[in-house]
Amino acid sequence: MFTFVLRRALQTVPVVLGVTLATFLLSQIIPGDPTDVLLGPGASDEARERLRTALGLDRSMVVQYLYYLGNLAQGDFGQSFTFARPVIEVLADRMANTALLAFAAIALASAAGIAAGTWAAVRPGSLRDRGLTVGVLFLNSMPSFWLGLVLILIFGLHLRLLPVSGMSSGDGGPLNLMAHMLLPTVTLAAWSLAAIARMTRSSLLEVINSDYVRTARSRGVGEARIVLFHALPNAMPAVITVIGMQMGFLLSGAVLTETVFSWPGIGLAMYQAISTRDIPLIQGGILVLALAFVAINFAVDVLYAYFNPKIKLA
Amino acid sequence: MNAIPTRRSEPSRPVLEVENLRVSYGSAQRPIHVVNDVSFSVRPGEALGIVGESGCGKSQTMLAVLRLLSGSGRITAGRARFEGQDLAALSARQMRRIRGHGLALISQDALSALNPSMRIGAQMAEPLVRYDGMSRGDARKRCIELLEMVGIPGAATRLAAYPHELSGGMRQRVLIAMAISGNPKLLIADEPTTALDVTIQAQILRLIDRLRRELGMALVLITHDLGVVAGVSDTIAVMYAGRVVETAETDRLFETPRHPYTRALLDSIPKLDAPADRRLQPIAGLPPDPLRPLSGCPFHPRCSHAEPRCTDGLPALEAKEPGSGHLIRCVIDPWRAAAAGGRTSGLTGASRP
Repeated sequence: MFTFVLRRALQTVPVVLGVTLATFLLSQIIPGDPTDVLLGPGASDEARERLRTALGLDRSMVVQYLYYLGNLAQGDFGQSFTFARPVIEVLADRMANTALLAFAAIALASAAGIAAGTWAAVRPGSLRDRGLTVGVLFLNSMPSFWLGLVLILIFGLHLRLLPVSGMSSGDGGPLNLMAHMLLPTVTLAAWSLAAIARMTRSSLLEVINSDYVRTARSRGVGEARIVLFHALPNAMPAVITVIGMQMGFLLSGAVLTETVFSWPGIGLAMYQAISTRDIPLIQGGILVLALAFVAINFAVDVLYAYFNPKIKLA
Repeated sequence: MNAIPTRRSEPSRPVLEVENLRVSYGSAQRPIHVVNDVSFSVRPGEALGIVGESGCGKSQTMLAVLRLLSGSGRITAGRARFEGQDLAALSARQMRRIRGHGLALISQDALSALNPSMRIGAQMAEPLVRYDGMSRGDARKRCIELLEMVGIPGAATRLAAYPHELSGGMRQRVLIAMAISGNPKLLIADEPTTALDVTIQAQILRLIDRLRRELGMALVLITHDLGVVAGVSDTIAVMYAGRVVETAETDRLFETPRHPYTRALLDSIPKLDAPADRRLQPIAGLPPDPLRPLSGCPFHPRCSHAEPRCTDGLPALEAKEPGSGHLIRCVIDPWRAAAAGGRTSGLTGASRP
């Protein structure tokens, strides 16, 4: 298991380098001269030249990329224009908020999705099974920003039960935070919940009809144990893959959800950075989201190997 | 084995009695019958071989007995009794008690029949710990003992292995060990050697036969290969298209096979004492589609002895000589004279492992 984890970790290195290359190239292909932005359009050619030399912009692209990598390694992601602070600080503040929302959403989506999928799969073709299919279709067809707005309308404006914006109000506190989290979490989780429920159902159905489940039944093992200890663990790899993919979608879905609910996370910061063309912040945001994606995929593969002992050999 | 139960005259009550069993799939309005009017009984310690091509209903019959049919499969007529209890009438809980302790199953493909994500020891011990109230330590000892009984060397270290880490023959042995772990009265072996190479096949068959004798279990051996049952079973039932077409004591069946289908099966097995230039005779054609049942004898399109009257109606499964226990479902009965004359048919040398 250890060698598997190590080997899999080494595989992430080229991916991470590729992402840094992509974000680096982003700054190169964006039209406009950086000295225009920094010095203003009225600056003299001499001043521009001095700044270029000072910033290293007169060097070759390879050297610039290596400088960029070196800076990243030291935690220097550049300076955000809009927030007038280092990008790393802006992102660090907001990463925690996004992670809180994303993990709450994936936890909700996984727990409810696996439970619903299992519940439907043990009675295939029943009313509850068909109900789940309809529910999945419904949740899958609903854009998250629309669901968010509808939830705001119902619970915020009409029922006045829940706060609809930001992370805290009044004195704050954990309960206040949870109240603020509820609607964005549900909004973010809805789509993933449907995908996870559907995958759990189909994967479990396949496993329940397998020979080894029949072997366990033929030895007198009860249905509840069969589902929980024989079928579910073997259905898990497919479900975990979907959960991992959903984690990635959640991070990008956070842009919409955070904007609708004014949740101060990376998604909202990215939205602001894009509207103000704050290139260093966009670069940093993309990099952080991509790294999170890589880390999640790594975790998924490790879990996959845990549930399927055969993988470790490969 | 007898199709007509003769319980009164027998010293011991049958472990398993199957009477006019019908298994159907599909809706109640348009059922598809995959097993029809199948009857047999197995007494304690006795071995029955059920032989037939793929799809003839032999596995479905035994899965119906275990109540492990998948999907819409169900018993629609007849009954199966285990030690006198109607299995269909039992609660799910009572049925679970019988599975493993009364009836045990050995499946054909041991790789797919073992849980890939559970260690061997955990799978073996599960019912012992969960339902038989054994401590983990006792269950472990029992598992080692079982693995030694089925001839697995280094049993204690194998408990920690996953199924894919064992060889095919080893996995089949593990499956056998799991089947006998509850001291069943009747062992159902569904093509236990099909997935194995020939040398291992013989070992596994000998193992099953030895365990059956040592533990006093009855055995139902399901196979498509008459050569497999020859050395093991006391009686044989040959099935075709969901029905028993011939049944007799093993020796008698091999000496005087009477149904054209049984003959055809025997002709398709290689024999050591046959002339070297003799070609094996495959059975032409395919078994009938259960969706489109044929009128008359289901074997008539493939039968070299078929006559027009074969399509007139389904022949009854009957003893042509009363009291012989040799039942045949054929109106033609082409080898009646040979059997009556007591002459052997030249098939006595049929391959026996």
